[in-house]
Amino acid sequence: MNLSDIRNRLAGLEGRAYWRSLEELADTPAFNEYLHREFPANATEFTDPAGRRQFLKLMGASLALAGVSACTRQPEEKLVPYVQQPENVVPGRPLFFATAMPIGGRGMPLLAENHMGRPTKLEGNPDHPASLGATDVLAQASVLTLYDPDRSRTILYRGEVKTWASFTSALPLALGPLRTTGGAGLRLLTEPISSPSLLDQIDTLLAAFPQAKWHQWDPVYGAVQGGAPAAEALYRFDRADVVVTLDADVLTFGPAAVRYTKDFSSRRRIGTPQDELNRLYAIEPVATLTGANADHRLAVKAREVYGIAAALASAVGLSGVTGASASGEAAKFVAAVADDLKAHRGTSVVVAGDTQPAAVHAIARAINDALGNTGATVTYAAPLVASPLDGGASLAELVKDMQAGSVDVLLIIGSNPVFTAPADLDFKSALDKVKTRIHLGLYYDETAEQCHWHVPEAHYLESWGDVRAFDGTVSLIQPLIAPLYDGRAAIEVIASANGVGGQSTMDLVKAYWTRAFSGQTKTAWTLHDRQGRAFPTVDQFWRHALHDGFVASTSWLAGTAAAPATPAGTLPTAAPATASATGIEIIFRPDPYLLDGRNANNGWLQELPRPLSKVTWDNVAYISANTADRYHVPIWRDGNGEQPLMEIKYQGRSVTLPVWVLPGTADDVVVVILGGGREKSGRVGTGVGHNVFGLRTSNALWFDGGADLTPTGKGYYISSTQNHFLMEGRHPVRVVDAEEYRRTPAVVAELGREVPKPEDSLYPVHEYKGHRWGMAIDLNACTGCGTCIVACVAENNIAVVGKMQVAKTREMHWLRVDTYFEGDPASPSGVYHQPVPCQQCENAPCEVVCPVAATSHSDEGLNDMVYNRCVGTRYCSNNCPYKVRRFNFFLYSDFSTPELWAQRNPDVTIRSRGVMEKCTYCVQRINLARIDAKTEERPIRDGEIKTACEQVCPADAIVFGDLNDPASRVVKLKAQQRNYGLLEDLGTRPRTSYLAKVKNPNPALG
Amino acid sequence: MSQIFPRSANAIAKSSLAVVPVVVLLLGWVVYTLMYSSWATKQNEVVEQPIQFSHAHHAGGEGFDCRYCHTSVEQSAFAGIPPTKTCMNCHSQIWTNAPMLEPVRASLRDNKPLEWTRVNDLPDFVYFSHKIHIHQGVGCATCHGRVDKMPLMVQAAPLLMGWCLDCHRAPEKYLRPRDEVFNMAYEAPANQLELGRQLKAEYHVASVEHLTSCSVCHR
Repeated sequence: MNLSDIRNRLAGLEGRAYWRSLEELADTPAFNEYLHREFPANATEFTDPAGRRQFLKLMGASLALAGVSACTRQPEEKLVPYVQQPENVVPGRPLFFATAMPIGGRGMPLLAENHMGRPTKLEGNPDHPASLGATDVLAQASVLTLYDPDRSRTILYRGEVKTWASFTSALPLALGPLRTTGGAGLRLLTEPISSPSLLDQIDTLLAAFPQAKWHQWDPVYGAVQGGAPAAEALYRFDRADVVVTLDADVLTFGPAAVRYTKDFSSRRRIGTPQDELNRLYAIEPVATLTGANADHRLAVKAREVYGIAAALASAVGLSGVTGASASGEAAKFVAAVADDLKAHRGTSVVVAGDTQPAAVHAIARAINDALGNTGATVTYAAPLVASPLDGGASLAELVKDMQAGSVDVLLIIGSNPVFTAPADLDFKSALDKVKTRIHLGLYYDETAEQCHWHVPEAHYLESWGDVRAFDGTVSLIQPLIAPLYDGRAAIEVIASANGVGGQSTMDLVKAYWTRAFSGQTKTAWTLHDRQGRAFPTVDQFWRHALHDGFVASTSWLAGTAAAPATPAGTLPTAAPATASATGIEIIFRPDPYLLDGRNANNGWLQELPRPLSKVTWDNVAYISANTADRYHVPIWRDGNGEQPLMEIKYQGRSVTLPVWVLPGTADDVVVVILGGGREKSGRVGTGVGHNVFGLRTSNALWFDGGADLTPTGKGYYISSTQNHFLMEGRHPVRVVDAEEYRRTPAVVAELGREVPKPEDSLYPVHEYKGHRWGMAIDLNACTGCGTCIVACVAENNIAVVGKMQVAKTREMHWLRVDTYFEGDPASPSGVYHQPVPCQQCENAPCEVVCPVAATSHSDEGLNDMVYNRCVGTRYCSNNCPYKVRRFNFFLYSDFSTPELWAQRNPDVTIRSRGVMEKCTYCVQRINLARIDAKTEERPIRDGEIKTACEQVCPADAIVFGDLNDPASRVVKLKAQQRNYGLLEDLGTRPRTSYLAKVKNPNPALG
Repeated sequence: MSQIFPRSANAIAKSSLAVVPVVVLLLGWVVYTLMYSSWATKQNEVVEQPIQFSHAHHAGGEGFDCRYCHTSVEQSAFAGIPPTKTCMNCHSQIWTNAPMLEPVRASLRDNKPLEWTRVNDLPDFVYFSHKIHIHQGVGCATCHGRVDKMPLMVQAAPLLMGWCLDCHRAPEKYLRPRDEVFNMAYEAPANQLELGRQLKAEYHVASVEHLTSCSVCHR
């Protein structure tokens, strides 16, 4: 079986054919064996040679002991009240505080759930224009980093434990001699910063040391290739009928993606067949979720994007564009897109990606200007962050100075350049020439090791601060807990250098805003509340801003403030140059969750399946099926086998990486994922994956030609969940075209098999008198981002199991996102995502097979799982057609690390070994709302109960509610003709149902 | 070859036919009795506490309302254990030098909480809410017993699941008017079942089907 055999087979199929993985598509005997085993290989075998006799002995003993264990006495528990109970605390009930997470210089606005001083879960801030109640994966997982026992705990000077006092007295001593030269030997290296109070401190520092230089390095959010764009774009996807992306992953990359997904999905969640959908065209080299959600997608090399953008500009009628190049399929694509854009003047938008050079951004802006989109669907503003924008150039300049020996004191704030700096700069050896090196970071990492001073950084949930969201909104950051490991905020370190180090972070931040209130700061702020009223006193402003989490008058999206003006765009005069325009193209992309490896010690993120490939616990190189075919490396794994290892050479450097054939990747491109191979991370992250920074050079931070691939003939095991819990081709996703759905709405129902009637069952139909909970998941809105999974992990105390357990299909996630591809493996015509939690079947197959009644139906239709009754027969899991039950084969929950105890949700049991578990519809939230409603003597309001996955979803794809309430949102959704149940032909009557995907293809592209 | 077993072995073999089942049954009875014994449930067991606090004196003698100390009982699942400050509201005025109260004063002085040992302790997989029980007319004394007569706090009920279900299956047996919930001396009237049924309807107490659903208490 090879690629052409598969293509022949696909051509012979009728209707739409979906496949989850290339292995499923290839349907090899080894894969079939893997699939048809009751449990995956080695999942159930005894590895030690126990005979029948020993088995009986053990069984007898365990039975007897199980009986005895029932009459043990409970261990003694302590009750520890407060000495003086804080205001507003009701023991047993959480409080919510508004705060924000800074990432890449932007803020992700949050509401933090606090159980008697312990932050346990983060939600989006529903009032904040950058969140509207949703968050991204990184924010959800950041609460685990807060409690990470491997975070740095002590100030170190040359490896010796020191105090903060000794650091604050040593800092002026180091800076003192520099004053005579105006600070010529002082360098500051930070990540992108938008925090007004921190910028103010940095301004003060740079004013005291006018010769000092400020550098920026963030390999993910602060790295540009071919110059930084002159203006920052702010999109309004809710107003756009036609969206064209040029290598832009707007639906997942960066904190703006949450609001962008909200806006984009609002145009996909149709209510009736007649509703208009938006249309998304994606032109990109890497298979991203934005491309997966596109109605039309063109896979091209990253270096060809400029040519296509130029061709598109010419086609929409711009003159004077140089370097246009689109031929064959691309030319046809460009022509169709241009026609669509011209038909939607003022209601379309062209988006250029952060990894593309400034020239591409300039063309996108010129097209938007010409079509009248600027001001309607996109606003161009001056950059939000004040730090140097071109991180690569900035770092290169710093390294040059360090090599020349002209740097005396280097202050590194938060960045880890020893691990992440471009390979050609040789940052580590240059760093050796700096006389005093000071590092502030969450971890004692690769950079901390090379520095004289290391100061543990306070997590954002531990310190005061401020940050601006992507739309300019100022958010205040307030601590939810005192620093667990004696961490210090960046503002404290800079303030110490400024000689005001004795103050608390709150005083420093508040002092800035007190001055801002009376107009004494460099930036002039207009501080109004949401109704546009000025605050009478600074105290009222402060309390109001803390309560809301943001200052409404600073938002450009909410319409109360105008984005800072930026000069008009100009067309580029020439195409951007790449070092090499031939050969295999190498593309660098951050891992979507670990980024550059900074989140490597976060087990939730390591185990979260990456979009599309579902790889966990590793970083790989993505290639297309055609590229793999050309190099004669296996396109699919044999059964559950290994991935081929290939040597990737670029500019005389090489790295050996496992390659993964990812449908949708452009041909002759190798996409290298950053973030693996951390050398000094912690017990979770050290040594996971491969370090690929050895290939990344300062002139090609995102892509370049001239790479070389060599198969090594060796293999490497990757734990991917792609083939776990397969549905074996039983039409789990239903996809229709908008036109078809408009003509015959019944088409969705016709896609499935016949559904038995409830009365046909042997069991009597049950009447629900009270509530009847149910869920609807809109596949047309879902972008496949996976935030729901990590939100579920955080809410329900779900354990991390590790790479080898994932390999045995033992991941514990209650919710999985299945990805289905359609069409040719090299260039799939469609990619569809389906979140699958427990379907809470009415006729649940799991319930009838449980010998101890550990899973049974509640009077509100929930399929309850009772952990304390479960004896671990796993019959339920075996009988579940959806494969949504998870079994604790070992003691996966960490009961032994005290730091992690504080993170757990006190309202959910922590499961032990030998117990089955599954999605509960967040029954703890249902019970809380029910009790509150009952004591307030009112019915539960629709939308009052939000499951963790629903609450976090940036696409609003998941809706939970009462099926007995005819006015509820969920009932209205289920009444749509797009509604269908997963495998409902089995008669399980799932109460979670799906709304079919409706694509909106351009007829001109056939 | 001589016989391995003596003749008397027959008697042993025959009698073991009767003895073995008896022993098995006896063992079963021992395990069963132990399981439900107050040794396993800790019912009526006095526990060592940092201070020999007397509910009989405070709630009984002085007539404190339960909610003076257990402030969150109507708002939260957890009734709340009073902070040291609550004790000192009075004890900064009376018995200020009592040696018995030194741990309380030390707690306030050193800002170190008192560590009480839990008396009514449900297993961690049970999620009990005081808030809803209070609201539906379950009296404090129904589960906690006559606390106002306990010089030292003991667990009055076995707190086994069967004991919980006794009420969840027939709440009318125990419900009382809401304004009697905190009344320790409340006596059930002779027509309790009738009153219970009436209160059940009035307070919209959930159906037995709901009250015996697993996820009402376990999650």
